[in-house]
Amino acid sequence: MTKPLIAGDAPIVSARDVRRDYPLEGEAVHAVRGVSLDVERGEYVAIVGPSGCGKSTLLNLIGAIDTPSGGTVSIAGRDPSAMSDREVTRFRLEHIGFVFQRFYLMPILSAAENVELPMAERGLDKQERRARVRELLAYVELAGRARHRPTQLSGGEQQRVAIARALANSPDLLLADEPTGELDARTGTDIIALFERLNRDGTTIVVVTHDEQLARAARRVIHMRDGIIVHDEVLRAIA
Amino acid sequence: MRLFLALASLRRHRSRTMLATAGVAIAAALLLDMVMLSGGMRASFGNLLTAQGFQMRLPPRGTLPFDTEATIDGAGEIIAMLRQKSEIIAVSPVLGATVRTTRDEHPVTAFALGIDPSVQGDYRMESGRDATDSSSLVANVEFLHAAGLQLGDTITLAAGYNPQLRAFTGTRALTIAGRARFIYLSTGQPAVAMPLRSLQAMSGHLKDDAVSVFMVRTRPGADVEAIARWIQGTIPRVDAVSTAQALAKVDERLSYFRQLSFILGAVSLIVGFLLTTTLVTVSVNDRVGEIAVMRAIGVSRAHVVHQVLLEGTAISLGGALLGLALGLVTARWLNTILSSFPGLPAAIDFFLFQPRAAWTALGLLVLSGIAAGIYPAWRAASLPVARTLREEAVA
Repeated sequence: MTKPLIAGDAPIVSARDVRRDYPLEGEAVHAVRGVSLDVERGEYVAIVGPSGCGKSTLLNLIGAIDTPSGGTVSIAGRDPSAMSDREVTRFRLEHIGFVFQRFYLMPILSAAENVELPMAERGLDKQERRARVRELLAYVELAGRARHRPTQLSGGEQQRVAIARALANSPDLLLADEPTGELDARTGTDIIALFERLNRDGTTIVVVTHDEQLARAARRVIHMRDGIIVHDEVLRAIA
Repeated sequence: MRLFLALASLRRHRSRTMLATAGVAIAAALLLDMVMLSGGMRASFGNLLTAQGFQMRLPPRGTLPFDTEATIDGAGEIIAMLRQKSEIIAVSPVLGATVRTTRDEHPVTAFALGIDPSVQGDYRMESGRDATDSSSLVANVEFLHAAGLQLGDTITLAAGYNPQLRAFTGTRALTIAGRARFIYLSTGQPAVAMPLRSLQAMSGHLKDDAVSVFMVRTRPGADVEAIARWIQGTIPRVDAVSTAQALAKVDERLSYFRQLSFILGAVSLIVGFLLTTTLVTVSVNDRVGEIAVMRAIGVSRAHVVHQVLLEGTAISLGGALLGLALGLVTARWLNTILSSFPGLPAAIDFFLFQPRAAWTALGLLVLSGIAAGIYPAWRAASLPVARTLREEAVA
């Protein structure tokens, strides 16, 4: 389900001494303090750690929706901080898929229309979009729910639609922030299984999670604390 | 997709959208009515003046037509002078007077016009025949009702009343030959018309051959203003008021109306603008999380801006179309009330629908709707994606 963007064994994400500071009530909060990290194509990485340790901030930096205060982030061989807002938006559209804890589907659109949205934004023709929507909804086992609105779907179904939306433009990298955070254990397990299947099918995944089961499903687990990586362990090598 | 999303966003909070659209519609209706009012009376008055094909009125010098009881002596002589001018193709002398009769010993008063039936432009026949001989007259339906008469009846009309003798003077028996609708008279005013010489004889103006006004028709393409100047210079007893001059005087008298209309119209435009801005801003504030996610997944700023602008445009367009219908209904209703104002010609419309002015007003409203979307669109487009997502997650 992925497309090759960069040749050879170059990492799909390469972060070097990345820092991110926020001003908060006149003081600087150091959310990420000098993180260096490579994510290879086909990897399934879980970033874990206590709340406020900088996991989500790091994910935003890897996903080019935030800019580092220092250091560099390279995604698929490109430096988003060197791009204009228009370029970086297009870059996200074409190369990165996002899954959020609260799904964030457009409540006014059906499941199919939600999945179609990134493709419409990319300019794919209607026929191609519709075919891809069918393919993706079948992949996440929601073919029969295409016309349902998010409010007519369960939490797990909404998250699966969100995953299908994230995969719409065949991204090089799928980023997920607490994707099981709003789900009960059984539904969370279904989503974890879906992520495993996606990774087996070739999608590079980085998830931020508190969910131990989700973290254990990843091939590599990065532990963060106070804005730095304290442990980086490979559980299973890429096949 | 953008239009679809914009409309879908509006449908999401139907009551809110409908209330805002209704507010914009009321503002649009008021704006349309003010536009119709500001130009309506002038255009309507212009139509009235030119309806019978007379381009000029000649009242006694220093007066306006029928503004006073002043008369012009020597009508025949003046008509002969005017006919010397080849550009003048018709002259209609008109004498105005008040006439009286009684019905069951109760007085009935009417406005009487002495005219030349062959060139008159004051009434249109509805039934019967014109008053072509000295013993006949035409009357409007209001007079017939007031006097309890019908076509073919003969009545005695008096042009004066002597209070010492307690008797009518200048009486004449006349047969009602036809029913007519008087163009320049106000609603409900009883009126009759008879040959000029009949009314002159009744009102004591026969000897001096007096009239109240001349209406002058010129050849098509003639320079009316030049003819007016020639008349002013040649006949010192009259003023020559062309339709353009009459409209200029109307403009002067209606300037307060126009200013009031302009101010109220501007206020309604601002109200429509603020309503739309408020609704779209509230809508954007409700959706900051969604918008941040759209931006995160790669939806461009331009898309977000277009979508928000389309929301504002859709509200103002919907409001404008509703306002058009509402404005027309309101204008018709107000026109009915104002047209019955005493002393005004019944044919005068206060609110006249002029398509160009109406479309301009509604176009302005739609433009204001687009402008109303600028602030919320800017706010939506400039949302910091990461910070908004973080704040949403915390919330």
